[in-house]
Amino acid sequence: MKLFRILSRNIRDAFKSVFRNFSLSLASISCITITLIVVAISVILSMNVNNFATLVEKDVTIVAFLDLEITSDQRQQVSDSIHHLDNIESVTFKSKTEIANEMMESSEEFKAALSKWTEEESPIQDTYLVKVKDIEQIGDTAEKIKKIDGVSIVKYGEGMVEQMISVFDIVRKITIGMVIALIIVTAFLIANTIKITIFSRRREIEIMRLVGASNINIKNPFIFEGLFLGILGSIIPIIATIYGYVTLYNHFGGQIFSPFIRLMDPQPFVYYTSGFLLLVGVLVGMFGSWRAVRKYLKI
Amino acid sequence: MDIIRFQHVKKQYKTGVTAIHDLNLNIEKGDFVFVIGSTGCGKSTLIKMIYRAEKPTNGKILVGGIDVAKLRDSKVYKIRRKIGVVFQDFQLLSRSTVYENVAFALEIFGLPKSEVHSKVLKALDLVGLKHKAKNYPNQLSGGEQQRVAIARAIVNGPKLLICDEPTGNLDENTSIEIMNVLEEINKLGTTIIMVTHDTDIVNRMKKRVVLLDSGRILKDYEKGTYKHETIQNTK
Repeated sequence: MKLFRILSRNIRDAFKSVFRNFSLSLASISCITITLIVVAISVILSMNVNNFATLVEKDVTIVAFLDLEITSDQRQQVSDSIHHLDNIESVTFKSKTEIANEMMESSEEFKAALSKWTEEESPIQDTYLVKVKDIEQIGDTAEKIKKIDGVSIVKYGEGMVEQMISVFDIVRKITIGMVIALIIVTAFLIANTIKITIFSRRREIEIMRLVGASNINIKNPFIFEGLFLGILGSIIPIIATIYGYVTLYNHFGGQIFSPFIRLMDPQPFVYYTSGFLLLVGVLVGMFGSWRAVRKYLKI
Repeated sequence: MDIIRFQHVKKQYKTGVTAIHDLNLNIEKGDFVFVIGSTGCGKSTLIKMIYRAEKPTNGKILVGGIDVAKLRDSKVYKIRRKIGVVFQDFQLLSRSTVYENVAFALEIFGLPKSEVHSKVLKALDLVGLKHKAKNYPNQLSGGEQQRVAIARAIVNGPKLLICDEPTGNLDENTSIEIMNVLEEINKLGTTIIMVTHDTDIVNRMKKRVVLLDSGRILKDYEKGTYKHETIQNTK
């Protein structure tokens, strides 16, 4: 009960203080707002780059071309052997007839050329399309598939895939690093802004100490104040994220330049991002206040 | 019974200045003690060490049986809750009313509203300012502001009240008013230690007087037995 009274008093005082020192609160709120907008932009960018990278990685397929004279029993054996390997996500069979049909549909020249051959004469090979679990192991897996009897050639875009993976890896690390760095910078920026606001209230802190307030008694209202500043500061970034991203998504029809680069679906993405912004705002506000008030608590 | 006991207390500041030299002093419960001395004699340091605004370099300071010298920073509030402090410059929150200023000292402990209300009004009544509860400090005279500060210091029912030149900014008549309030509080059983430069007050009150000089106790007079000239010399 006593704790509840102290807490409710802390919250009441913090709330009062935000409005009583409104011009200073506004400085902190604007600081939080501006930095959270930058955080929001980098989160949206980094999540979309990640999403794009994951989609591309998922699309990478190993194509195992089988020997021309392969029997259906042997084909089954190859399928079993591939299934037995580690790192296999899925295996799909694509017969030479299917491939030929696809090719004939795609252009008139192919149609003319391929229609001359009977099924036995066709130089097109049956294939297995293999998707892997871990894209970084794709080279090893392809190597193992190549050794299986009945497999003549294995292709997965060697060289290009490895390069792409390493580029994506770097981009991911950079974007995550940027978000973390931004959050840290925001925290210290806000700590400094709040420090200025608290400087004008050090007399209040001195008196609190004098009448026997413990450090927690003194710190709590300021930490709650930081929490309120964080909430108030994240309102505009959250609205901007929700409306901004949905508008962007609709404007581009969910893709940029080509269907290959897809944007993330706004739902639930914008809500998660908003939740993250609120959390960052609140934590950073509380941390800032805590750091700023700590200075005045030395006895 | 002693409420305060200084045992071989020494205070040396980081600058190398020694403010208090091997000081021994006992103050009994219910006493009214004046601490006097010239500027820089160590009187402020002495009382600051009681409520642990300063830490002694050596020695023991027992306040109500607790050695405040050994008290950790994070536990200092425990001793502060048992001591009321009044300053020359009142130290009131200008944006809070008289009532809020006094209630502030109780609310931080999480006391129920009804208890806060009755205690605040009782304290304001004692200093004669119940009718000004809704006023702001800048609407009050200096003497009234000091009485609010006293109400805040005693609202918690402390056993000890420390006054650091409470009449320093006030005229003679107002000073007498304040001293009457303090005497009233003392009669209710609160021990009072008061630092002052005001010789007239000291002589009029006829209480125990501790005369400090260069960080040492020069004289310790019992009630009303001190010599007038000595006090005047310390001016």
